[in-house]
Amino acid sequence: MKIAYYPGCTLKTKARNLETSALAGFDALGIEYEELPRWNCCGAVYSLADDDLIHIVAPVRDLIRAKERGHQTVMTLCSMCYNTLARANDLMKNDEEKRKTINMFMDEEPDYFGDMKVVHFLDYLRDEYGFDKLKEKIKTPLNDLKVAPYYGCTLLRPREVALDRPDDPTVLHQFLETLGVEVIDFPSSTTCCGAYQVLGAPEATLKVSHDILSDATSHGAEAVALTCPLCDYNLGRRQDLILKNFQDAREVPVYYFTQLLAIALGLAPEASHFELNRESSVALLKSKNLLRESA
Amino acid sequence: MSTLAEEKSAKVEARLIPIHIMGKKYMVPETLTIMKAMEYAGYKYIRGCGCRGGVCGACSTVYRKPNDYKIYTGLACQTVVEPDMYLTQLPFYPAIRASYNFYDLEGKPEEIYELYPELFRCVACNACTKVCPMDVEVMDYIAALKRGDIAEAARLSFDCIQCGLCASRCMGELPQYHIAQLARRLYGGYLTPRAEHLQTMVANIKEGRYNDDLSKLKGVAGDDLKKLYTEREMEPATAGDDWAPKEKNHL
Repeated sequence: MKIAYYPGCTLKTKARNLETSALAGFDALGIEYEELPRWNCCGAVYSLADDDLIHIVAPVRDLIRAKERGHQTVMTLCSMCYNTLARANDLMKNDEEKRKTINMFMDEEPDYFGDMKVVHFLDYLRDEYGFDKLKEKIKTPLNDLKVAPYYGCTLLRPREVALDRPDDPTVLHQFLETLGVEVIDFPSSTTCCGAYQVLGAPEATLKVSHDILSDATSHGAEAVALTCPLCDYNLGRRQDLILKNFQDAREVPVYYFTQLLAIALGLAPEASHFELNRESSVALLKSKNLLRESA
Repeated sequence: MSTLAEEKSAKVEARLIPIHIMGKKYMVPETLTIMKAMEYAGYKYIRGCGCRGGVCGACSTVYRKPNDYKIYTGLACQTVVEPDMYLTQLPFYPAIRASYNFYDLEGKPEEIYELYPELFRCVACNACTKVCPMDVEVMDYIAALKRGDIAEAARLSFDCIQCGLCASRCMGELPQYHIAQLARRLYGGYLTPRAEHLQTMVANIKEGRYNDDLSKLKGVAGDDLKKLYTEREMEPATAGDDWAPKEKNHL
């Protein structure tokens, strides 16, 4: 059966490189998927206020839409969508009183009991597809590429929805190893990039992002791999500002994990829309002879 | 045997039912639409009444039924009265419409976000869709716009009659119908493919390619002109893509 794929808004606009590289990867790996025909923004940030149930309505509605199509599992690529959907699902499963309130409010939808399974492409690869099987599909092993796996927050926190050990995750390490990458473990692997604080405290966020990148490079990484459009914004798109503001800052290519997957699967670079990455991202792959000629 | 006058008077006696217009009870014939019932009750429309045909969106009406918490809506000119309904017409609902010069735009989602940043206040509560008298999937077109899909928003909002009831119910205070109108304009003006053969034809006309034919046609009079018209070669309704006229001089 096809897996339900929930894209998320950012993947249709600013982070197209995350989606297109992954979808090309799905095809190459033989993963059959259905993009949900009706979906709305998940809300991006799970509301922490205990009585703010209205912000749970959007992700719950998405889960109902997936269930209506006969799916049991819904998969995301964006780690923020993963977090929001998984936490909403968790609440509907475990909090009887809030479940009742939300179901009563959404009286035009069937009642929902948190019975969908929410997965991220990474734990889908690990638990369903299998890294062994993935390894067989690799056509261009990314040997000689030193990449630091950066998890950020939303795949790992809070514990209830963590797709790996929150304090010592390995799933992204294992994924990159499967691609042939020389994985560079570094202490800031699960440190917050600054997230939405970039709006209210742009300078403090710049410092946090800089610390993460320099931690990666000082441990020998040539690049950083990540899963989240917001992390990419802070570590990738704002890197020009980091370079301008910190004398010791060095240019660091930043990739979505799916872009490295697409390259390792031998797919044409067009699938990865590298024009949305830093220029150094393409330069590094070229210098390692990893970039296939355009299709 | 009854007289014609008696028969006529027997026919017009529809059953009277109670309805409540803005809280006041009236007995009206059960066969009337809300609009006709209001006129029957003595209201005279100066505004809040446009086409009387269900397309102009001027007469949107909100009502409830006894012992039912739900809000119902309909166009007054299309909805038949029900016993004990409580109603009011909402011919207009204030909603800010952004001003822009269409020719300065390019059809990008960011242009919509800049003109209507409140778009992102939507929490997907679905109140807009529930209240829409035209059954437009309002929440879905707002969701489409949030992810930059202008074409889908234009498609989903096509039946919108701009009545404004969506805006009346929105907890994010969005002017949905104005946003959708901008989306349809951008889609129609910038995103749909241009018809190349139309451009060619316009250029041909401007170059004067049909001037001789037209002046000949001007010289034809009366029945001859009618004959030309009725006997002209037309593309049959069932013609396939490969159809071509026999007379090709005018192509």
